[in-house]
Amino acid sequence: MINLAQEAATGLTDEGLIAIGKGLVYGLAAIGAAIGIGNVFSNAIQAMARQPETAGTTRTTMFLGFALIEALALIGFVLTFIL
Amino acid sequence: MELDVFHLFLWEPLALEGTPFAINRVVILMFVAAFLTLAFFLIGAAKASSKPKGIGLLAETGYLFVRNNIAIDVIGPEGARFAPYLATIFFFIFFSNLLEIIPGISFPVTSRMALPAVLAIATWIVYNFVGIKNHGLSYFKDTLFPPGVPWPIYIILTPIELFSVFIIRPLTLAIRLFANMLAGHVLVVVFILFTESLIFSGIGTPLGILTFLVTMLLLIFEFMVIVIQAYIFTTLSAFYIAEALEGHGDHEGSEAGGSAHHDHANPNPQHVTELSAA
Repeated sequence: MINLAQEAATGLTDEGLIAIGKGLVYGLAAIGAAIGIGNVFSNAIQAMARQPETAGTTRTTMFLGFALIEALALIGFVLTFIL
Repeated sequence: MELDVFHLFLWEPLALEGTPFAINRVVILMFVAAFLTLAFFLIGAAKASSKPKGIGLLAETGYLFVRNNIAIDVIGPEGARFAPYLATIFFFIFFSNLLEIIPGISFPVTSRMALPAVLAIATWIVYNFVGIKNHGLSYFKDTLFPPGVPWPIYIILTPIELFSVFIIRPLTLAIRLFANMLAGHVLVVVFILFTESLIFSGIGTPLGILTFLVTMLLLIFEFMVIVIQAYIFTTLSAFYIAEALEGHGDHEGSEAGGSAHHDHANPNPQHVTELSAA
């Protein structure tokens, strides 16, 4: 009854809330990963510019760090389907 | 909402319905990817010569790339032993992913959880096997209780290590590949459907041409994602194998091993350039 009253008063339904939740899950998951990936690439570019002779090692490490961080955002992406 | 997702995820079985061996489009495409990998290397091996051409050159360059730039660079000189496994993973994932941008197929097999999960479990078995073989039971001891840490830390560290090494690693390995390919697939499909409905509905045909161009650009972008995902999966597998080989936190060994690793790491780029120059 309370649910119905709420729906009538505010227009909020469970489906609508789930849709908002899905959007929030992916959006919030992307924030941290975006900052982290930005840091990884900017520092890797700096490292490669300063020491081009170690660019190979830097690139491998860069992709490792990128992949480890990216997993967090992707878990958020998968959660939107599970929700 | 549920129904849309359901249709996106499910293919009807085509044969052997009701048995655990039911075959649908995904299974057929998986065999296509496996066949492509096999054919690539068999033809490459058959054409092996001192001056390889065509597919022989491609297969040789691809294998050398995995061997030198992934196996030896990440694991160290003994990494050449793992090059066949890593190359198999790399090219199987690459061909499975490549089906995404082939017109008429447009479906990456790795966008179903089963395939990445099996590959991740294979890597999990390999790195644990390597660890146990090289260090015996002290592999678990070194992994769970890294030496050189004051003991109260173990209360926090041990559960984290247990969780991250034995559960999170294979899970993220599988989810990373799966989610990347699924996201790419959904993106491409959405834009293709946009194009179709805009061009053939008669309204907004110019807009349809625009989305068509965007689709073409997306396919190029997806090709980049395909290569990077194959590379990342293989590199991370190599990284986990390297950690199991070294022993997790061998304290005295880690200093000596670390400096030795640097000594080995230095000749490697020269080695690579030598090989590619030759």
